[in-house]
Amino acid sequence: MSIEAREARQPWILLAPALTAIGLLLIVPLMFIIVYSFWLRSAAGADTPGFFFDNWIAALTDRFYRDILLNTLKIAAVTTVACAVLGYPAAYFIARSQGNKLILLVLLMLPFWISYIIRTMSWINILGVSGALNSALIWVGIINEPIQMLYNETTVILGLVHFLLPFMVLNIFVSLDGIDTNLEDAASSLGATRWQGFLQVTLPLSLPGLAAGGLLCFVLAAGTYITPVILGGPRDAMFANLVYEAIIRQLNWPLGSALSLLLLIVLGVLVLIYNRYLGMAQLAKGLG
Amino acid sequence: MDDTKRYERLRERLQNGDISRRKFFGLLGAAGAAYGLQTPFAKQAFAADVTQVRFDGWGGVVSEAFRKYAFDPYTAKTGIKVIDGTFPGGDEYLAQVRASQPGEYNIAHLSGVFDYARYASFDLTSELNLANIPNMANVMPALMNAFKSITPDSLSAAPYDYGTTGLAYNRKYISDDEIKEKGAKILIDEKYKGKIGGWADWRTRLWYAALQTSQDPNDIKDMDAAWDAVRKNRDLLLKYWSSGAELMSLLAEEEIYVTEGWSGRIYALQEQGHDIGYYDPPNSFGWQECLFVIKGSPMAACEELLNFMLDKDTSIAVAEGQSYPPALDPTKVDLGDKIPKLPAFDPTGTLSGLTFANPAYWNGNEAAWSEEFGRVQRGY
Repeated sequence: MSIEAREARQPWILLAPALTAIGLLLIVPLMFIIVYSFWLRSAAGADTPGFFFDNWIAALTDRFYRDILLNTLKIAAVTTVACAVLGYPAAYFIARSQGNKLILLVLLMLPFWISYIIRTMSWINILGVSGALNSALIWVGIINEPIQMLYNETTVILGLVHFLLPFMVLNIFVSLDGIDTNLEDAASSLGATRWQGFLQVTLPLSLPGLAAGGLLCFVLAAGTYITPVILGGPRDAMFANLVYEAIIRQLNWPLGSALSLLLLIVLGVLVLIYNRYLGMAQLAKGLG
Repeated sequence: MDDTKRYERLRERLQNGDISRRKFFGLLGAAGAAYGLQTPFAKQAFAADVTQVRFDGWGGVVSEAFRKYAFDPYTAKTGIKVIDGTFPGGDEYLAQVRASQPGEYNIAHLSGVFDYARYASFDLTSELNLANIPNMANVMPALMNAFKSITPDSLSAAPYDYGTTGLAYNRKYISDDEIKEKGAKILIDEKYKGKIGGWADWRTRLWYAALQTSQDPNDIKDMDAAWDAVRKNRDLLLKYWSSGAELMSLLAEEEIYVTEGWSGRIYALQEQGHDIGYYDPPNSFGWQECLFVIKGSPMAACEELLNFMLDKDTSIAVAEGQSYPPALDPTKVDLGDKIPKLPAFDPTGTLSGLTFANPAYWNGNEAAWSEEFGRVQRGY
């Protein structure tokens, strides 16, 4: 075998384990889900194999699914904006801090050592009727009766921001850390104020990191299931909750498959748009 | 020759230069692939020689009691291990079982006769040989008959315990007289807006809607009125709870003053010192739990384990642990001092005072009503 042929084969040999894992654990199950989405659930509960469009027609035309999908995208967007606003100053502070950068990064990663569910449930002890905040407000004398702060859309967004903020900070940090600080000094020497230097030099250069963090936060928020269950009120549901209910509660796997594919397609389109304008390389850098 | 010896010989041939490294790795890969392909079928072959039985239940104190009084003595006698798994709810578990290989799951602590019927509709039933389960003779016939109405020719499960889903209320805000006067309608009382809880379960919601609209829960004639009651309840709710732990937390923290709740969980709250009342309104939701043997399981081993679990000492320990009365007939078996004080306990052994869900009626409407509740729950 020639050296060229051997070199051409080498990447495929190295990629083979990863491709096999992706094929078996992602592509094959996805194929099953696609096939399932065209089946029907009979009244008795068992599935009816075949090629029916009923689930897709319901998923695409029913106002119920459309409204919840739009609400899910709205919640994901609000969460992403909140993470960006809160995360940028934190990332900037870490990137520009001297000497204790590593400690700050470790502190940023600390929440990941605690289960996501536990972190979400901690808000019940903070915002609950007999929680820390209400107790403190009553003790100070600001209120006489506890305020109902939990179980609404705001607390769902709060829980999501709590969960996703580190992802945003890390992505922006990676971007800011790669910017040569001499550029800010150069802007200052040319007469720019610190604020102008930030707006015209640092911020534009860090936008890819902001966008990568935004994409991650948006996709993770849009696919969340547990936060609305723990912190949401009676009407607060996101699209993943509908998938769960269709598959687990109603045992309607065909409809659940169609709904999950619909969410996958919507989020996939967003990723493609991101890739078209910014490229996936920035996302990989942020995750690395 | 065993596999280890075979691999050692192969490695020796490589070291001696008898085979190339490429051939060595090729043979290893082929062996791995062959093992991967044969394993699912090997499992069936191994089933003939039973070494373990899998049991899935609700975990916690129930699981501990089973381990101490049934699983360990059973293993000591038979040499068969019991793999103890837990599940968060019957729906989730059924989804897992449906996605599994036959024989992967064996015995489950299922809830409700409608679960029995659902397993039957998915062709997951087995056929118990009652001669191998002598302790079944102590079980209340009323509980057995419910299963026999679904599979008349055989049984796939042993009844194990029962309870009710009644009204739980905080006595600091709601008196015993008020709850008796208002009954199920207290869950749609504007006075408690934002302080009412409710289980996110379509059956329970519709059952209570039937009571709130003065209808028979097992034969709801005016569905529009029932759905309107579900909507009214939704608009007054603080939260739909989804687990027993969440139910207890909401009541104990005074986030809610009233909800429907599971008798055993409310009893546990009372035991902890919370002033929570429990009241079963007329036609309160009665249910029973069973030990269901899933199709494809090693039957003789499972039947013997069921017999251990139905033993008087095990049943009483589990009942005291989970605060639900056991399925044992109190007219035949002395159940001790604590069990007669548990909510929903029936000293007659006939259970004539409890109303159970008619499985044919509820399962027949499951597809439509569960989907409709999903919409109503979200404000539609």
